Amino acid sequence: MTATGHVMSSSPGTTDSTAPRWRYDPQPRRPDWGIHGTTFKNISKQTPIRIAPLPAQATLCLQQGPFTATPLVVPGERVLTGQPIAVDTGGTRIHASVTGRVSAVGLRPVPGPQPTRAPCVVIQREGDEEWHESCEPVADPSRLAPAEVCRRIAAAGIVGLGGALYPTARKLAPGVPIRALLVNGVECEPWITCDEVLLRERAASVIAGARIAMHALGAAHAVIAVEGDMPEARVAVHDALQAAGDSGIGLAVVTAKYPAGGERQLVQLLTGEEVPAGGLPRDLGYVVQNAGTLAAIATLFRSGEPLVARIVTVTGNGVAAPGNFEARIGTPLRQLVDLAGGYRYPPTRLLMGGPMMGWALPDDDLAVTKATNCLVAATAAELAPPRPEMPCIRCGECVQTCPARLLPHELHAALRRGDYATLAALALDACIECGCCDYVCPSAIPLTARFVAARRQDAAEPDAPS
Amino acid sequence: MKFGVVQAPHWRNAGDVAGMMREVLYALAPAAVAYTYFFGPGLLLNIVVAATVAIATEALALRLRGRTSRLALSDGSALVCAVLLAFCLPPLTPWWVTACGSAFAIGVAKHLYGGLGFNVFNPAMAGYVLLLAAFPGYLAGWLPPNVGDLDYRALSLAESATYTVTGSLPPGVELDAVTRATPLTVVKAELGQMRTMGEIVVDPVFGDFGGAGWEWIGNFITLGGLWLLYRGIIRWQVPAAMLAGLMLPALLLYLTDAETHPSPLFHLYSGGTLLGAFFIATDPVSSAVTDRGRLVCGAGCGLLTFAIRHWGIYPDGVAVAVLLMNLAVPTIDRYTRPRPYGY
Ligand code: SF4
Ligand code: SF4
Repeated sequence: MTATGHVMSSSPGTTDSTAPRWRYDPQPRRPDWGIHGTTFKNISKQTPIRIAPLPAQATLCLQQGPFTATPLVVPGERVLTGQPIAVDTGGTRIHASVTGRVSAVGLRPVPGPQPTRAPCVVIQREGDEEWHESCEPVADPSRLAPAEVCRRIAAAGIVGLGGALYPTARKLAPGVPIRALLVNGVECEPWITCDEVLLRERAASVIAGARIAMHALGAAHAVIAVEGDMPEARVAVHDALQAAGDSGIGLAVVTAKYPAGGERQLVQLLTGEEVPAGGLPRDLGYVVQNAGTLAAIATLFRSGEPLVARIVTVTGNGVAAPGNFEARIGTPLRQLVDLAGGYRYPPTRLLMGGPMMGWALPDDDLAVTKATNCLVAATAAELAPPRPEMPCIRCGECVQTCPARLLPHELHAALRRGDYATLAALALDACIECGCCDYVCPSAIPLTARFVAARRQDAAEPDAPS
Repeated sequence: MKFGVVQAPHWRNAGDVAGMMREVLYALAPAAVAYTYFFGPGLLLNIVVAATVAIATEALALRLRGRTSRLALSDGSALVCAVLLAFCLPPLTPWWVTACGSAFAIGVAKHLYGGLGFNVFNPAMAGYVLLLAAFPGYLAGWLPPNVGDLDYRALSLAESATYTVTGSLPPGVELDAVTRATPLTVVKAELGQMRTMGEIVVDPVFGDFGGAGWEWIGNFITLGGLWLLYRGIIRWQVPAAMLAGLMLPALLLYLTDAETHPSPLFHLYSGGTLLGAFFIATDPVSSAVTDRGRLVCGAGCGLLTFAIRHWGIYPDGVAVAVLLMNLAVPTIDRYTRPRPYGY
């Protein structure tokens, strides 16, 4: 399945001495699943990362991935940039992203798979920016104990910036020996370029973050995976690795195919191993971290800044000047659209995330969250409305493309029959909801949406027949 | 600004069922031209009859089943089925024979099983085999091919149409005088009378490898098949496995005794082999779904075709072989399920 020519080795759970070593390997690893098509990345990666001006108002969503944080501030309170304003039970904090006054704490519309509301803290910016006193740099993170590194990462509110928002500190304290850190620079969804421009411009920062993460994990090896269609990023990483000297960090190239950047798919491509069903990469001795997350870790230790900003790609034919912006969390989306030249050819759909797994937003009156990697303002020509559904003709395209090697057409038939035994036998729970089957289906069956709904329902009622 | 909310994925490939069917029709066009050149306009008449009946039957069946018919009709699958059936019928076929086959294909083989996507059997082949069983006499006689050294009476479009509609030929022309057995039938009959291949192929209905004229039609069918492969409408597994399944045993026998066994190339260029391999066994609905399953399915079609041609009473076996493999598809699918990731 994967291109070989690497020293691949050993069984799960073994330690460093048997870990695979990656060198610079220009030969791309080519998946035999997924979709290969126009990526539309060129439209947003022509310009360097631009720093978005501070917003007049920041709306900070208190829900991060699976956790909801408890607010630490009340309306009327003055807050400084970087000041913790909420904390969740896992110790992950949320910080004020601007200096100003809390104007409201309460439910606000937030981006999500469906239009939804969640608790938020709203801050009106006032006066000049002042950083909170807790924001202190650390000269040499490798002198800190791994547990202390993780504590600081949680306290800085760093979560998986690939979109899942899983607390990074938890991933960095897996409780099992880790063979290697896999750095995910494979930004496989079309349109999105925030990780690519980050690697292109700030490769050294990603490498510094990777070193800190390796220290926390006790892993001697790491590999930075980039896509075959990001040559500038690849060269930048390569040069930065050489400048950094031998640090046990390698570089691998993955063919630009969606969803090569999915966590499980990346493990498979880089190591030839498959994450066991129901398990996590750490069960094999790997931890996957998004490149942006590692850059945030590097920023934390270098300058003491917690996670108050992220890079957002604003793209699509529906904006006049697409590009990447480093924006404070809580920045109104409308402001980013204006920075990108405003709307044109009125767009018909606004997506947060990519076109495969992203969310369609009901309006632009929402704010940047830590998950906002991309905003696509798409015209009807780019993203056509769904076609009417037709019967499955068993063409097998969905089977050929499914990265989880499922039989989507049979899953779909079993779902319609309500045949839960077959659904389990066909391993619906291995579906990663990537949307590839929908993409290829000539009958335009909304397969993924139905699988997602069935899985949600299954999770909601654990006693459902299975 | 407000936007539409729809579920992910938002991005879809442009391909749809109607587009796939259109590609199939395009791919058949060169073969249809060649066919018309060698065997006269009969094919076109058969297509008109089969297509009219197929679409009418489809509309009726959809209405009886209470479906809205516009969308389902527009997918083009009934038209493809009709054209494939027409390709299997002799150029001179009475309209009611074609109509029976077409109505059975769409009405019974397709809609009685639940319509597009649910039919177990390839509808075109089901229709053809019904005709083979019910009216074998009408399917036996082909016109001789239009090649230089064959002396035959060409029928004009009007004469062919008259026969198709009324069953009568121009005065003074007997059906037996204008039709001939197909090369496969000739080989089967003559070998049965202990003649050798060397003696048989001197008959002018034979060309270099297979039947005269048939070879060219075969080449154009292959061209269409390659087009479908190139456009990603079909995958290589079924055609490759089917041709291998037919030609390998043929080669084995041919190597043991070339005088009593037709060559693998003769098998390739005769009867429904190429049409079957590229256009019929590849029908997605009634074939296996996984790559491995398709290899099994294609190989089965090829081997069964060979077995029927070699041991059976029918000169050709593609249609029956395809139907038999259609029956085996659920089992093949069951045993070629891929292992899901991480299991
Ligand atoms: S079945 Fe699931 S994993 Fe497979 S292609 Fe569809 S969405 Fe992706
Ligand atoms: S891609 Fe669509 S039509 Fe083809 S087998 Fe899968 S579900 Fe059926």
